[in-house]
Amino acid sequence: MASSSTRISRLLSRSSASLFSRGGKGYLGTGFSRYSTATALEEEPIKPAVQVEHTQLLIGGKFVDALSGKTFPTLDPRTGEVIAHVAEGHSEDVDRAVAAARKAFDQGPWPKMTAYERQRILLRAADLLEKHNDELAALETWDNGKPYEQSAQIEIPMLVRLFRYYAGWADKIHGMTVPADGQYHVQTLHEPIGVAGQIIPWNFPLLMFAWKVGPALACGNTIVLKTAEQTPLSALYAAKLFHEAGLPEGVLNVVSGFGPTAGAALASHMDVDKLAFTGSTDTGKVVLELAARSNLKPVTLELGGKSPFIVCEDADVDQAVELAHFALFFNQGQCCCAGSRTYVHEHVYDEFVEKAKARALKRIVGDPFKSGIEQGPQIDSEQFEKILKYIRSGVQSGATLETGGDRLGSKGFYVQPTVFSNVEDGMLIAKEEIFGPVQSILKFKDLDEVIERANNTRYGLAAGVFTKNIDTANTLTRALRVGTVWVNCFDTFDAAIPFGGYKMSGQGREKGEYSLKNYLQVKAVVTPLKNPAWL
Amino acid sequence: MTALSNGHAANNSSLFKIPPIKFTNLFINGHFVHSLSGNEFETIDPRTGEVIAKISEGRKEDIDVAVKAAREAFDNGPWPRMSGAERAKIMMKWADLIEENLEELAALDAIDAGKLYHLVKVVDIPAVANCLRYYAGAADKIHGEVLKGAREFHAYTLMEPIGVVGHIIPWNFPSTMFAAKVSPSLAAGCTVVLKPAEQTPLSALFFAHLAKQAGIPDGVLNVVPGFGPTAGAAISSHMDIDKVSFTGSTEVGRAIMHAAASSNLKPVSLELGGKSPLLIFDDADVDKAADLALLGILFNKGEICVASSRVFVQEGIYDEFEKKLVEKAKAWVVGDPFDPQSQQGPQVDKNQFEKILSYIEIGKQEGATLLTGGKRVGNKGYYIEPTIFSNVKENMRIAQDEIFGPVLALMKFRTIEEGIKSANNSRYGLAAGIVTKNIDTANTVSRAIRAGIIWINCYFAFGNDIPYGGYKQSGFGRDFGMEGLHKYLQVKSVVTPIYNSPWL
Repeated sequence: MASSSTRISRLLSRSSASLFSRGGKGYLGTGFSRYSTATALEEEPIKPAVQVEHTQLLIGGKFVDALSGKTFPTLDPRTGEVIAHVAEGHSEDVDRAVAAARKAFDQGPWPKMTAYERQRILLRAADLLEKHNDELAALETWDNGKPYEQSAQIEIPMLVRLFRYYAGWADKIHGMTVPADGQYHVQTLHEPIGVAGQIIPWNFPLLMFAWKVGPALACGNTIVLKTAEQTPLSALYAAKLFHEAGLPEGVLNVVSGFGPTAGAALASHMDVDKLAFTGSTDTGKVVLELAARSNLKPVTLELGGKSPFIVCEDADVDQAVELAHFALFFNQGQCCCAGSRTYVHEHVYDEFVEKAKARALKRIVGDPFKSGIEQGPQIDSEQFEKILKYIRSGVQSGATLETGGDRLGSKGFYVQPTVFSNVEDGMLIAKEEIFGPVQSILKFKDLDEVIERANNTRYGLAAGVFTKNIDTANTLTRALRVGTVWVNCFDTFDAAIPFGGYKMSGQGREKGEYSLKNYLQVKAVVTPLKNPAWL
Repeated sequence: MTALSNGHAANNSSLFKIPPIKFTNLFINGHFVHSLSGNEFETIDPRTGEVIAKISEGRKEDIDVAVKAAREAFDNGPWPRMSGAERAKIMMKWADLIEENLEELAALDAIDAGKLYHLVKVVDIPAVANCLRYYAGAADKIHGEVLKGAREFHAYTLMEPIGVVGHIIPWNFPSTMFAAKVSPSLAAGCTVVLKPAEQTPLSALFFAHLAKQAGIPDGVLNVVPGFGPTAGAAISSHMDIDKVSFTGSTEVGRAIMHAAASSNLKPVSLELGGKSPLLIFDDADVDKAADLALLGILFNKGEICVASSRVFVQEGIYDEFEKKLVEKAKAWVVGDPFDPQSQQGPQVDKNQFEKILSYIEIGKQEGATLLTGGKRVGNKGYYIEPTIFSNVKENMRIAQDEIFGPVLALMKFRTIEEGIKSANNSRYGLAAGIVTKNIDTANTVSRAIRAGIIWINCYFAFGNDIPYGGYKQSGFGRDFGMEGLHKYLQVKSVVTPIYNSPWL
């Protein structure tokens, strides 16, 4: 079995090799459409091979309607049509879910089980997720619009991997014995923090589910999780599998709903002990404020980014183009860590722009359920309109539109892979998070300059560095004020590699051992020693 | 002695159907093979002294073949090159297979080592699966550190698998010791040549068979049954083995370290003998303390390196304690290990049996008072009565030497200080027990006793995450926990200059 991170790179290399030629034929051969599969968008969308089974809230181990009886539609981004109507959780439903989680935490059995037993349940859940790989992937793609092959071959295996990883942590959560100045015996207990509120975004619904739920459960906490209103389906299915695996009722509660109602209720709840949020910087601020105003619950935030991808003059341009393309366009550009500022050294700039444009032209956009598709539709009309607005802004501010710049087809939320060159740091498209398939290429002269410019942002989530020179790599690595630096790679995610932001990209780290800290309280226990043999 | 008369030492074989013995050859490079010499040795049923099976006897030349396979698997094979998560997956599968074969494995240890079948089934074999899962979960959590660097250097540590590991394990816990050694070394990415004790080769060979089924690549795990002076010595002096881990007697441990020193200076970890003290204070619940003391010496027939073979009782409760202890010892049931009523089976072999009886004689000659026991049980097999001596002096051999049998030396102490001093009066330092309700006493004694594990108001509380090993002549290095993993890793520091770093 290949690890998920190598799968990503394999997919990447596949898209650069075989897809190159395939896309090339379509484009170069006809000249009719710059995107080989644009016409395919007018065809009937492929019917997903999965039924929507769960649309209610999952509270206390049972699927229930919202107390208000309200539902909201979740839409297929390929068409804008309704997939299903989902129970809409409000404040009173969050109260119910928190009460269930509170009871499951205070009375058990979950935190009172041995870590070994918790591990076994998480491992069983991972096995079930693996078994239902294709259904989960289909739901994910249907609700989100991401390529099915990406869901089925990368994301669901990664989800499984993350839960196995955190299962292994359950019995390795160690406190310390601590030296003291006087005659004291001191130890630290690492205790579960309690009821964790978790609010996750729509761009990687199940992976974000795993980043949040995995460490929280391994530590012995209970959870109320609010999914994004755009993508409520896959988490309900996954959470059901956890219950099949033996997770006690009330330990994992899933409430679908909207930010201002369900999300705010969770963030300001007096009985929630910890909040973790992934989403936009604006919402992150609100979440932090609500936590501050209510019970001062600690908050982990994983927010927006405007991550630089720096191509140095010694780089192999073809490889750099491919990686920079992947860094930005992966997942329709809907990644918080997207390499959305491509800084290219002036010596290779022209060649890079030309090749980046050619690569974008060959990107295969279409129905995400179709084999070989690299890019599906954006998540919804709001994002779609926002991206198009940013593209207009780029043109107006004087950047050169190399390719793309418009919607694709007449139905759904498809956007042409778009490349701007001659982008200046002050332009809106170089400053703000677009969250779409829009690459901005900027030119730089020397290392000090690019360091300063790369850091001149309110974000600090990630950066890509492309160079063969070890000194350049080390200098950039330390100088960039970001939570992840990928050197000669990008989007290399692994269960053990921590992820999170500097500055307004958030606070705290998820994944790896670091994420356990988010879900543990540290209790120091001190007692005097009489006649100790040593200190 | 009514309880002892319950013993079924004489009428045993009908109690349980012993499974046919499937694996008797050496397991090298993924295959069961005969020893090169064609030699075999007999493994004996300690209930009767009869032969269970003939086992291929590995010698130096077989160890060479096994090391070559392990070397190849380490230097060129997939195992250390897999991600930790991939190794974990295979180890998890192996753990599942072990659980599926629970009864057969339990029977092998029971018949080969005289261990209680019902205990092996619910404790030893499940613990093997749990231990594998614990270290499988650790395989992707082996972290080096990025170092601060006092100057303009970027430095970090890589925790690399140490290479080919030689394991030599004892006969008292054939399965537990197998798991304690093999699981962390495989999680670390090492390859293994393991020699089980000549008394108990059966379960290790069965585990090897299951390892292959689980997908452990050929050459990663090699099991070579044989004797210490031949196969064991070949491992410890081998120039191509990168690390030796041994559990057994202090005498053999010394020989192994010597062989390692005079060959390739391979690092050694040793888990050796003990003469572990159990200190019972005046504020203890006497009844519970007596249970603990008895279990501490009689569990696994006293064939356990952490046995509480020296019991120190504070004078205020001494008389009451002694009375209860003797009563409980007399009610202890010695019998066929396949009988669910049995609390104690036969000693592992004739050697041990005779050694224990000779120590009982020594105790009497030295002037200790034999309170109960002291004789063999029945006239077949190697069963011995639970034996308790009082009026034991600290310098007597029964208070200094490891007897490795159901023989307890009972002593009296007055103050905490005296108790600590007596407890530390030993060349060993493996474990200690403390029974008290007083937190200050517990803390003071915990720090003062020079031993690798301290059990407060409990005994034999083992866990996969609890490191275990000795002070003094009980050895060095730790099994279990993350400590048990780190001894199979090399630390490599990597340093390179950095320029214009915004921070140091």
